[in-house]
Amino acid sequence: MSPSEAARREDFRAILGMVKPGARVLDIGCGEGVLLDMLARDKQVEGRGLEISPANVSLCLARGLAVVQGDADHDLADFPNRAFDYALLSQTLQTVRQPRQVLSELLRIADRAIVSFPNFAHWRVRWELLTQGRMPMTGVLPQAWWETENIHLCTLRDFTTLCESLDLNIEACAALAEGQSARAIDPQRPIENWRAESALFLLRRKDAA
Amino acid sequence: MVDTTEARLSNALMDTDAPEAAKTREPHALAEDGGTIRFGPDQPLRLDSGASLAGVEIAYRTWGVLNADRTNAVLICHALTGDQHVAGAHPTTGKPGWWTQMVGPGRPLDPARHFIICSNVLGGCAGATGPASINPDTGRPWGLAFPVITIPDMVRAQAMLVKALGIDTLFAVVGGSMGGMQVLQWAADYPDRLFSAVCIASAARHSAQNIAFHEVGRQAVMADPDWRGGEYADLGVRPEKGLAVARMAAHITYLSEQALQRKFGRELQRDGLSWGFDADFQVESYLRHQGASFVDRFDANSYLYITRAMDYFDLAAAYDGLLAEAFRKAREVRFCVLSFTSDWLYPTPESRSIVRALNAAGARVSFVEIDSDKGHDAFLLDEPVMRSAVAGFLDSAGDARGLKTGPAA
Repeated sequence: MSPSEAARREDFRAILGMVKPGARVLDIGCGEGVLLDMLARDKQVEGRGLEISPANVSLCLARGLAVVQGDADHDLADFPNRAFDYALLSQTLQTVRQPRQVLSELLRIADRAIVSFPNFAHWRVRWELLTQGRMPMTGVLPQAWWETENIHLCTLRDFTTLCESLDLNIEACAALAEGQSARAIDPQRPIENWRAESALFLLRRKDAA
Repeated sequence: MVDTTEARLSNALMDTDAPEAAKTREPHALAEDGGTIRFGPDQPLRLDSGASLAGVEIAYRTWGVLNADRTNAVLICHALTGDQHVAGAHPTTGKPGWWTQMVGPGRPLDPARHFIICSNVLGGCAGATGPASINPDTGRPWGLAFPVITIPDMVRAQAMLVKALGIDTLFAVVGGSMGGMQVLQWAADYPDRLFSAVCIASAARHSAQNIAFHEVGRQAVMADPDWRGGEYADLGVRPEKGLAVARMAAHITYLSEQALQRKFGRELQRDGLSWGFDADFQVESYLRHQGASFVDRFDANSYLYITRAMDYFDLAAAYDGLLAEAFRKAREVRFCVLSFTSDWLYPTPESRSIVRALNAAGARVSFVEIDSDKGHDAFLLDEPVMRSAVAGFLDSAGDARGLKTGPAA
């Protein structure tokens, strides 16, 4: 997977803080089930997972988790409307074929979605592109362009525009940086589009309860 | 253990409910046991066709020990040509059980932890009432007078057996192929009587292609002059040629192109071609052997009846075509659904539609598509991912059920 484990761990901490106890949660791209395990233990959530690797699904089963093998682009259609309180997509949106479609699917099957992704407008990314003239490689974008699974990178501004066009409310947003705790931000402020290395959004469908 | 076996056998044959049949016994390595249960005239089996069968007999085997709380019982449902000899050696062929990869010490289904039951399906020919059994009205084999049976009928008979063994709720119902169909039927018909369900390489309904292959097999049997309108047993003959051809055709569907290519390619039996119709190619010889050995252990009419039951299987049909409705009451059951990439008989989309329906019903479902080039037969072979997925699923379900590791207390 392209996102570094460190970025994921920061995500997990922020996600744990956002999810209400006892909620029904679908974790898309749940890996070995670490986050689902934490959510079950700390928040007593009713968790489900979607994971592309059969070996990881197997590990999840051994953890006692209910996980379906599949990917965000094809298999979210199998879940019924509003089956969950939260749909989680951690550092994965930039790897899917149809991010807009996936995002609207998340908010079809859940009332809220928690989505995180690397911000391509972070100052270090801009600086590298400006000075080197090459695809940037940073802490949250550690791989070369030809080996990365990131095919749909975007910026905070791009993402908030997409949310607007899908008629989604941004309930909360946090900037994430390695080794630091999440920092609540207003994603519309241009300065945050420079400062946030990675960002996490809590989204809600406007007609959701 | 011989005494207990005899005691249980006689007990079961007394036409009672046999509530003592599965009482707790001392732990033993495999602790294989079993017998044949016979349901009395007061317990006729109601069939989907509208008929009812009195005096139904079901042969079964068990491994392990039922715990004091009776919470560790697992029912294994066998496939089309399987039988109850899942782990122990077959009494007539002497061959090892058909699922020793999954059942045995240190396996996902472990007699040290689980009380494992496997029974011959209704309509079968390994000790269950079927077309080769004696029709009490005529004193002769049923033949085609035997009523057409269905997957739900098989499951109803299993439920009677499980109840007679004194088990209210099964810890798990596990099966592949036709066994997986029975697992799904269990979840639909007896959602309160199972804690978890493992459905491998199966489907919620038989596809047109699968019905078509079965029809080829049945026509092969019925075209054999020795079939004699199904009354061959009474006339002292057997439609061996027809049944062998049916098996040969079916066997191809259990494999994959890659598996056949890898195993045989175009390799010849002997140097050079025969310029005739002997088995020149190894694959021909292999299929002929499969056909010939099958007729020794399987009854032709059973083959007709059981393939028919599979063809009739369409779990959603009783729910206005909505598969999710079939699982509506099974929301508390933990499901594990597995498929294999090269299985073209029960391809992954069939399993995915089961998973979709379970999700829609709000059930707790896990699903893995296992990478294998061995075709449908993969579920009977050593597939490490299948083993670890089922082991992980059953172990965690066992923890949730409060099962202890090691011999049941």
